[in-house]
Amino acid sequence: MIESGFPFLSVITISPIVAAIIMLLMPKERGTEVKVLALGTMILGLVLSAYVYFGYLGNLPPADALWADKLAFVEEYNWIPSIGFGYIAGVDGMSATLVFLTALVGLGGTLISWGITDRTREFYAFFMLLVAGVHGVFIAVDGLMLFFFYELAVLPMYVMIVIWGWKSRREYAAMKLTLYLLIGSFVSIIAFLVLYFQMDTLGVTRTFDLRVWSELQFPFETQVIWFMPMFMGFIVLAGMFPFHNWSPDGHVAAPTAVSMIHAGVLMKLGAYAAMRMGVQMLPEGTVYWMPFVIILTTINVVYGALIAMRQNDMKYMIGYSSVSHMGLVAMGFATMTLNGFVGAGIQMVSHGIMTALFFTIVGIIYDRAHSRDMTVLSGMMKPLPWAMVAFSISSLVSMGMPGFSGFIAEFPIFMGIWEGNALNFGPTPNTFLGLNPAAFYDIVALLSVLGIVLTAAYLLRAITSVFFGEYNPKEWEDMRPILPIDKVVIVLFIVCMVAIGMFPNVIAPIVESGVQPVAARVNEAMANTQNMQTVSDSAGQAVSGLIRFLSGS
Amino acid sequence: MLTSYLAIVPEIMLIVLAAIVLVYGRHPEGDRKRAVGLFTSWGILVVLLVTIGMSFAGVPGNVPEDLWGGMFRNDGVTLVFRVMFLSAALITSLITVDVKRLQHGEYFALVLLATVGFNLMAAASDIIMIYMALETASISFYILAGFATDHRRSPEAGMKYFVYGAFASGVMLYGLSFLYGLSGGETNIYALGDALSGHIQANSPILMLAAVFVIGGFAFKVSAVPFHFWSPDVYEGAPISTTAILSTASKAAGFSIFLRLFLAGAMGAPSRDNWWVLIVVMSILSMLLGNFAAIYQTNFKRMLAYSGVAQAGYILIGLAAFSDEGASSAIFYLFMYVFTNIAAFGVLILVSNVTGSDELSDLNGLSRRSPYLALVMLFALLSLSGIPPAAGFFGKFFIFRAAIDAGYWWLALIGVLNAFVALYYYFNVIKYIYLFRSDEEDKPIPVSRASAVALGLCMVGILYLGILPQGLFNWTQSVASAFLP
Repeated sequence: MIESGFPFLSVITISPIVAAIIMLLMPKERGTEVKVLALGTMILGLVLSAYVYFGYLGNLPPADALWADKLAFVEEYNWIPSIGFGYIAGVDGMSATLVFLTALVGLGGTLISWGITDRTREFYAFFMLLVAGVHGVFIAVDGLMLFFFYELAVLPMYVMIVIWGWKSRREYAAMKLTLYLLIGSFVSIIAFLVLYFQMDTLGVTRTFDLRVWSELQFPFETQVIWFMPMFMGFIVLAGMFPFHNWSPDGHVAAPTAVSMIHAGVLMKLGAYAAMRMGVQMLPEGTVYWMPFVIILTTINVVYGALIAMRQNDMKYMIGYSSVSHMGLVAMGFATMTLNGFVGAGIQMVSHGIMTALFFTIVGIIYDRAHSRDMTVLSGMMKPLPWAMVAFSISSLVSMGMPGFSGFIAEFPIFMGIWEGNALNFGPTPNTFLGLNPAAFYDIVALLSVLGIVLTAAYLLRAITSVFFGEYNPKEWEDMRPILPIDKVVIVLFIVCMVAIGMFPNVIAPIVESGVQPVAARVNEAMANTQNMQTVSDSAGQAVSGLIRFLSGS
Repeated sequence: MLTSYLAIVPEIMLIVLAAIVLVYGRHPEGDRKRAVGLFTSWGILVVLLVTIGMSFAGVPGNVPEDLWGGMFRNDGVTLVFRVMFLSAALITSLITVDVKRLQHGEYFALVLLATVGFNLMAAASDIIMIYMALETASISFYILAGFATDHRRSPEAGMKYFVYGAFASGVMLYGLSFLYGLSGGETNIYALGDALSGHIQANSPILMLAAVFVIGGFAFKVSAVPFHFWSPDVYEGAPISTTAILSTASKAAGFSIFLRLFLAGAMGAPSRDNWWVLIVVMSILSMLLGNFAAIYQTNFKRMLAYSGVAQAGYILIGLAAFSDEGASSAIFYLFMYVFTNIAAFGVLILVSNVTGSDELSDLNGLSRRSPYLALVMLFALLSLSGIPPAAGFFGKFFIFRAAIDAGYWWLALIGVLNAFVALYYYFNVIKYIYLFRSDEEDKPIPVSRASAVALGLCMVGILYLGILPQGLFNWTQSVASAFLP
C-alpha cells in the first residue's frame, strides 16, 4: 500500500475544475490562453496519473489482500460525520488504470479540438468539468462522492452536444442521452440509498464508505431485488442492450472531442461503476442475475455488430461498434471468473483508446471532406495517408488481432466464458429463470466469437470504400493535409495500443490485482448460494485445452 | 420581569423600525426613493445581529422559558425561526430597493409588521397567541399582495387572498375553540394534551373534527393540497417581492406552528386512525399534484407556486415522521428553502423589471444578458431539484432519512420518486436560461449593488448549506427537542 504526503488523486481530479473556473473568469477574446491552460492542466493530469499508475504497477499489493488494503494513495477527510459521508479518494489497480486512460484521452481531446472557434472558452471549461467528473468517479471510495462525480460527468455532455454538436440531430440526441443516463443513475441511487438505510439491520453504523461496504453481506433476498436496479442503472452508460439506443445517437451528434471522451472513457464509467457498486457490493445478487445478463450481453455483441454492418454513416458505424465492444466488457463481468474480469478490465482500456482513435480519424475526415457517408467517400488514402494507417490499425485492434491490445483484452474474456462453462450450479440453480452457466456458456462463447467476424466484416468494408478506390481531386478541392497536432494524437494512441499488445505485462498484472477482490467475492458468493457440482464437461474441456495449447501454456 | 422584555427585544425593535419607516418613507421623492428600502434593510440587519448576539449572551437559554403568562415561549426553536424570518425579510427588502412600484414606506413597514407576526407565530405557545400572530402576519399580507394598484391582477390577488384567508382563519379558529371546550378551558398548547387525555379518546370523532379544522387552516398557510388553490393565482398576481416572502417565510411560519402544536401533543399521539393519516395523505397529494401541475405551467411564478406546493409536501413528510429528527430536518429544509426560493424570485424580480412580465419565455437567453443572474438561478434550480452541491440535496436527504428511521420508508420512496418528476420542469427552466436565444439578448439586465449583494447572500447560503450542512443541522437537531413538552 502506497502512502504519500502529496494528494495526487485530488490534484488530478480538482485541477480541471479549478481550470474551468479560471477559464470562465477569463475574457472572451483570450481563446489561445484558454487552450494553453487546458493543455497544461491535461498534461499535469497525465504526468500525475502516470506516476500513480506506474507507482502502483511497481508496488503491487499481495494478490489475496482485501480490497480495502489494496487501495493506494488514499486521502480521507470527514465531511458530514453524522451520516457517514467523507471525502475518501483512493485507487486500486483497476481504477489507477482507468485514471491513466482518462488523462490520456483527455489530452487527446484537448489537442484534437485545437481548431475550435465557436465559444472556445465555454467549450474547454465544460470539457474540463467532464474530465474532472470522470476522474472523480474512478478515484471515489465513498458512494455518495461517486454519485456526485457521476452526475458531474453526465451533465456537461448535454450542454456540449447541444451547443457544439452536429446541427441536424443535436437537440434530439442530447435530450435522449441525458434522459437515459439520468434515469439510469436515479435508479441506481435509489438502490444505493435503500441499501444504505438497511445497513443498521446488519449491525453496522450507516456509512457511505465503500471500504465498509465491500465487506458487507446483505441478505440474499435484498441482494437479488436490488442488484438489477444498481447494476442496470449504471450499465446503461456502457450501452447495454436493451438500453443502448442513446449511445450511437449521442456519439454521432457530439463534436469530435466529446465523442472521444464519450466513447473513450464515459462508457467505461458505466461499466466501472456497475462493477464497483453492483458486482462488488452485491455478489450474491450477481450470481443470481449474471447468467441472465450474459444473454443480454450476447445480444449486445452480435446485434450491435449486425447493425454496424448496415450503417453508411461512419460515426454511426463506430457508435454501434462501441455498443458491440462494450457488450464484451459486460460479458466479461458476467462470466463470473477471474479471467473474465481481467479481460473486461483490459477491454475497457483497449476499447477506450481504440474508439478515441476511430473518432479522431472520422473527425479529421469529416472536417476535410464534409461528409461521413461511406458511399460518398472514396480514395481518401491519397490525401490523408495518416488517417488510413491509423484507421487500419484501430480496425486490427478492434478485430482482436494478436500483437495489439484488442487481443490481450478479448482473449481472456472468451477464456473466461469457457471457464464459466465449468460452473455447474446443480439441477436446481438458484438463479434467475433457473439458468445454469454449465448449460449454455459454450453457446454464448461461440456466438460472441461470431461478433469478431462481423467486426472484421464491417471494418474492412469501411476501409475499402473510404480509403481505397478512385480519388477525385475535383470533388474535394479544399482538402487539407493532416495537422502535426493531429499526428501527435494519432501516434500517442497507436503507441499505447501496440505497447499493450506487445508487452501485456504493462497492464495485465495491475488490472488483475484490481479485479481480484471482486472476483473473490463473487466466488465466495457462488459457494454460499449455489449447490456447486463438478461434472465433466467434455466439450468445454476439450476447447479450453485447445485454447491453452494454442496459447502455449 | 426583565427577562420577559428581553425575550421580545427583536419584535420591539421591528415595530419601532416599522414606525420610523412609515414616517420617514412618506411620499419619497428623488434620491429618497431608494433610501427607504436601504434604510429598512440596514434596520433588519441590525435586528438580525442583535438577535444572534443575544443568543450568545444566553437569551434564549438552553431551557425553554414560558413568558407573558404562557403566551410566549422563548426557546431554541424561536431563535432558529427568528433568524430564518429576519434573513428572508433582509434579502427580500434588499432586492425590492430597486423595484419602482414598491418604493413606498408603507410597503416596507408592512413587510416588517408581517415579520413581527412570523416571529410571534414561531414563539406562540398558546392557541390565542397563535391566532393573534397568524392574523398579524396575514392581514399585512392581504395588503402586500394587492399593493401594486396600477396592475389589474395585483388587487385581484390581494382580494382573493383575503377572502380565502379570512375563511381559512375562521375555520381554524372554530377548530381551536373545539379544543378549548374539549379540554375544559385550557389554552396553553403544552397543557392541552394532558388535559385532553383525561377527558377524551385520541380518536374520538369530535377531536377528529377539531383536528380537521385546525389542519385545514394551517394547510392553507403552507399551501398544501387540498388548500393550495389560492397560491398560483395569488403568487402570479402579487408583486414578486411579496410572492418571494409569501412563498418562503410565510410558509415557514405556518410550519413552525404546525410543528409546535402537533409535537407538543396538543391533539394526542399520532396513530393510524387520527389526524396523522390526514397529514400523510396531504403530504402525498401535495407532492403529486404540485409536481405534475408545475410541468404544464408557462408562467414562471405559477410554476414556482406549484413547486412550492410540492415542497410543502416534502416538509410534511418530516412532520409525519413525528420525531426529533423529523422536526429538525423540516427546519433545515425550511431554512435552505428560504435562501433557494428567494434567490429564484429575486432573479425574476430583476428580469421582470426589464421585461415587464414574468413568463418563462422572458428568461430566454438570460445567460447572455446577465451571466450573474443566470448563475444564481442555476444554483437555485439545482437546490430546488435537490442536486448536490446545492443545499436542496441534503434538505431532502435529511427529510427522507427521518422518514425511514421512523419506519415510513414508503413515504420516503414516494418523496424520492416525486423529486425525479420535479427534475423535469426545473431543468426545463435551465434550458430557457442557457440554451434558448432571444431577440433582446444584447441588452444586458442591470443588477444594482443592493440586489447583487442580496443574491450573493442567497448563493452563499445555498452553497454553504449544500457543502457543509453539518453545522446548521446540528443546531436544528439540538433545538428540535424544545418542541416536545
